[in-house]
Amino acid sequence: MGDGVTTAAPALTQIPRAPGIAFILKKALISALVALVLFSLMIGIRTEAGPTGQLIYWTRFGDLAAMVAAVFGGSIIVELLRQWWGPVGTIRIIPPRLQSTLAVARRGIAPVLLIFTFLVPVIFYDQRYILDLGILVLTYVMLGWGLNVVVGLAGLLDLGYVAFYAVGAYSYALLATNFGLSFWVCLPLAGILAAFWGMMLGFPVLRLRGDYLAIVTLAFGEIIRLVIINWQSLTGGPNGVSGIPRPTFFGIPLVPGPDGLAAKLGIEFSPTHRIVFLFYLILGLALLTNWVTIRLRRLPIGRAWEALREDEVACRALGINITTTKLTAFATGAMFGGFAGAFFATRQGFISPESFTFQESALVLAIVVLGGMGSQLGVALAALTMIGGFELFRGLEQYRMLVFGVAMVLLMIWRPRGLIGHRAPTVFLRHSQAISSDLVKEGHG
Amino acid sequence: MTATSASPLLAIRSLRAAYGKIEALKGVDLDINPGEIVALIGANGAGKSTLMMTIFGKPRARAGRILFDGRDITDLPTHQIARLRIAQAPEGRRIFPRMSVAENLQMGADATDSGEADRAAGLERVLTLFPRLKERMAQRGGTLSGGEQQMLAIGRALMSRPRLLMLDEPSLGLAPLIARQIFDAIRTLNRQDGLTVLIVEQNANHALRLAHRGYVMVNGLITLAGTGAELLQRPEIRAAYLEGGRRA
Repeated sequence: MGDGVTTAAPALTQIPRAPGIAFILKKALISALVALVLFSLMIGIRTEAGPTGQLIYWTRFGDLAAMVAAVFGGSIIVELLRQWWGPVGTIRIIPPRLQSTLAVARRGIAPVLLIFTFLVPVIFYDQRYILDLGILVLTYVMLGWGLNVVVGLAGLLDLGYVAFYAVGAYSYALLATNFGLSFWVCLPLAGILAAFWGMMLGFPVLRLRGDYLAIVTLAFGEIIRLVIINWQSLTGGPNGVSGIPRPTFFGIPLVPGPDGLAAKLGIEFSPTHRIVFLFYLILGLALLTNWVTIRLRRLPIGRAWEALREDEVACRALGINITTTKLTAFATGAMFGGFAGAFFATRQGFISPESFTFQESALVLAIVVLGGMGSQLGVALAALTMIGGFELFRGLEQYRMLVFGVAMVLLMIWRPRGLIGHRAPTVFLRHSQAISSDLVKEGHG
Repeated sequence: MTATSASPLLAIRSLRAAYGKIEALKGVDLDINPGEIVALIGANGAGKSTLMMTIFGKPRARAGRILFDGRDITDLPTHQIARLRIAQAPEGRRIFPRMSVAENLQMGADATDSGEADRAAGLERVLTLFPRLKERMAQRGGTLSGGEQQMLAIGRALMSRPRLLMLDEPSLGLAPLIARQIFDAIRTLNRQDGLTVLIVEQNANHALRLAHRGYVMVNGLITLAGTGAELLQRPEIRAAYLEGGRRA
């Protein structure tokens, strides 16, 4: 019977192999079949209205065949990639040398990024396009960091964040055009007003959580926009507010002529000065947001926000005042949104309700979620990729959104907690232990 | 056994509480004297956890009074009750899974505005009581084992240096050996620190052995009260809670 044993032994020790070529082909064939059914109508037949209104249609079987072939080929590639990558969710042993290199890179990325950002106006002084793009990215970084307080730290899903952006923008626009107040007076006022509206939103939703909270905040964003559209006597309705004053360098205007900053400094006037000034202004505001958030996270109130995100019942059992915790989160997040709004108004010189649609809220929320909820660096990177990516793929026209959707799906598959899902603790012991957080990483979730 | 003093630390008088129309507490009287361990036992749905939560102000009492150290706390908001140094380890542990053990412990101290010295002393006490937590300080709460999470939940409650500690089913879902460690820790706290403890338990045997006095709760009412040893001898207790209802 020794023969039977020897033949059985290798079968037992054999590790289950990756599925063979037949499996891959079968899967690709099924995908292609589904694609054929779907695309036969979507791509195979093109319909249009003729000159007299009659239906004209023609077939595009070539395109259809190409699409189905692409799905077939793509399916095979994806499957091969998956086999090469190995099963998802297993712990990968990373060689210690690579690990330490990665740790250095991780620690270095934030300072390097910051220094680079400071140098952008110097390096790209002549490229107005890049400076404008930089300002746009930084605006979204700031909005992302502001929303991060509400969504990332306190775990309150806010789909109406654009409302506070609008409140800030209109506060500055109306105060400046009606009363002639300067930007530096209006900026704190815009923040305070936005924070006030944050509290206004906060009170009715104190008892709501999750989906219900999301719906109410969504409605709140729409209410603010609709009020702005319809309150024509104050806001100018759909026509918006124009002629919003440009910011001054603490009272000194950035204009040509003897009163301008250039003349005072004794340099030649250039319109780029204003762009560079705006760049550093939004960079300063964004860094302020970041600094305040980091400080708050180390205080009891910041810890309470995070605890609230983790478990509201436990917070109550510990005697944490849920009402003030939620309201301060809403107010703080809204205040930064208001600052960003005031900046937006002064930069554009013109604002209208069209700039404050739900799409903006969704974009900022996507930045926070993709960045990894609660991670400051992750949010900055996500804003850079998303806003920068929008511009980068401008040439792709209508496929831009498709590329974007695919990128988001892939990111959520590989990094379900966002770009930087790791959360740095804020309480340290005097003698900190050398337990790497990588060793104790939780499962997915 | 502590002498029954004239003024209990916590006195509950004909307390009623309800969830909507369903009345969970139908007039409960209960006393906890300083330095005592009191066990509250009863079946599922008897209202044990509701009683503990009502002491903490949620749900609110419909009628009756709760006195802590002679002061009426019936209508105080939850966070002010906590500030009087009543602490709670809720049912199912409910630690903060993504926060580190150290942060979880700090959260316990945050609610009572304790100073740096208080925090340090509280931490010292918790770590001598549960040395296991010391090794885990930098780890995330969610990665701890069930027993360690229970230690963390109790440690977190202790960080506010409570005068009254309320524990809701601390042995829930724990291996018998671990449950015994938890009960031993509670006994140590009571003997060494003179801490007053209210413990809500389904595990009547353990709880009554640990407690100086016990109350039995059935359908929102206290049906029996006595010393732990007395209650353990009562045939109806033995039948209902200790011998699987064989003789009931």
